[in-house]
Amino acid sequence: MAETTIVPFGPQHPVLPEPIHLDLELDDERVVQALPSVGYVHRGLELLAERYEYVDMAHVAERICGICSFIHGQGYCQAVEQLLGVEVSPRAAYLRTMWAEISRIQSHLLWLGLSADAFGFESLFQHTWRIREQMMDIIEETTGGRVIFGVCKVGGVRRDVDDETLARVGRRVREIEAEYNGIADIFRRDHTVKQRTVGVGVLSPADAHLLGAVGPVMRASGIRRDTRMLGYAAYGELDWDPIVEESGDCYARCEVRLRELNQSFDLIAQCVERMPEGPIEVSVKGKRPQGELMVRLEQPRGEVCYCLKANGKKFLERFRVRTPTFANIAPLVHMLKGSELADVPVIVLTIDPCVSCNER
Amino acid sequence: MSWSWLSIASLVTRSAIHKPATRLYPLERRAPYAHTRGHIEFRIDDCNFCTICAHRCPTRAIVANKEDKTWAIDHTLCILCGNCVDDCREGCITLSNLPRAPMDHKDVFSIRQDYAAPPPLKGEGAGTPVEPPIPPAQSVPGTA
Repeated sequence: MAETTIVPFGPQHPVLPEPIHLDLELDDERVVQALPSVGYVHRGLELLAERYEYVDMAHVAERICGICSFIHGQGYCQAVEQLLGVEVSPRAAYLRTMWAEISRIQSHLLWLGLSADAFGFESLFQHTWRIREQMMDIIEETTGGRVIFGVCKVGGVRRDVDDETLARVGRRVREIEAEYNGIADIFRRDHTVKQRTVGVGVLSPADAHLLGAVGPVMRASGIRRDTRMLGYAAYGELDWDPIVEESGDCYARCEVRLRELNQSFDLIAQCVERMPEGPIEVSVKGKRPQGELMVRLEQPRGEVCYCLKANGKKFLERFRVRTPTFANIAPLVHMLKGSELADVPVIVLTIDPCVSCNER
Repeated sequence: MSWSWLSIASLVTRSAIHKPATRLYPLERRAPYAHTRGHIEFRIDDCNFCTICAHRCPTRAIVANKEDKTWAIDHTLCILCGNCVDDCREGCITLSNLPRAPMDHKDVFSIRQDYAAPPPLKGEGAGTPVEPPIPPAQSVPGTA
């Protein structure tokens, strides 16, 4: 047996926005095995559920991660609402859906920029983030914040969006989409991007299923599964279909995200058009959660699960989050086996690792 | 053959004739949106010190004292959730859309009602009226 070399990858690496460590066992330039290790940004946020009242805990849940902040808040609130037996108003459900899709767009655009940077395509990275900035402006205009939306609360949403702003958001989204299509065209056609991604890090549908891949990683391997199909918030009333690609390589994962962006633009336009009238929140004053349940949502990176346990007091007994990055680490290790060392950064990036979510 | 140069050429042409996407900060500043969460502003005149704002604050950034008639906020703890703004019956607390300037040290902004400015020291500023501080603000270290 040939001698192997162990090369450490991370936790500080130019392609990694957040710290994750991989020990790459190499035979010449080829990866034989990859051993991941996580735990560099653990903050113990789950334990805070035992110290904050369940209403205030929504603020903490939103701070689990900066990129998927809104969906963490939404997931927590949905879980507590189910424990309380409260149903949010249709307008709140539509507003939540709209903000979740805006959040998905900014997350995917951030990822596209980072991946362009990983390919060495700096100008494409800058152009992608220029478009993302326009989405950040919409977030600030409608919610008041840029990173932490701060609009989700147990029982509904904190602030309403007036009709004039909604109409403006609808128009802006279409303009941004037209601008984005030009960028997406470069991702799809460019020789450099294809050279770095086509046939790299292939994950077969059987492996994706067996290793429990979620989100765009799973859909790029040809499995038609999206947690939004459960119909939570307003997804059950909107017209959409999960995006699926067949080839399972890095290019397919990129393509899934590119097409999901168009889908999200469309979902926002649908939400704006069909926005129902009515109250934005239901009072939960005096109610105490009781019981145990699990809620699933679709984050930009894939399926996220929230487990809550409550015993009728104002503090939760247990709050647990299973994040999509955690589910995608096992498929990542599988994809890395047999790949070239130079392809490792691109493969790691295509699972869109969000380490802050993962470690909480 | 890659046809991406068509898209790239179109993007480059549009960028060349378009004004820059960035601003020349600080010469050119963006106006904040009407509902941007900037910072909490407080007007003490109508405050009845019910202390609801302090109880509803999730980070305990607000400390209100009924006996001393003082109201204090630690802006480093405030997460701008807006609970205090929604729950203030007297309308004393408002959410400004202007962001606060960065702080160079941690301190607590504290206001006392019926605050009287100390009399001027003898020999100092004799004959010139002393303007009362509006709003009277003072740093109370260690109350966070």
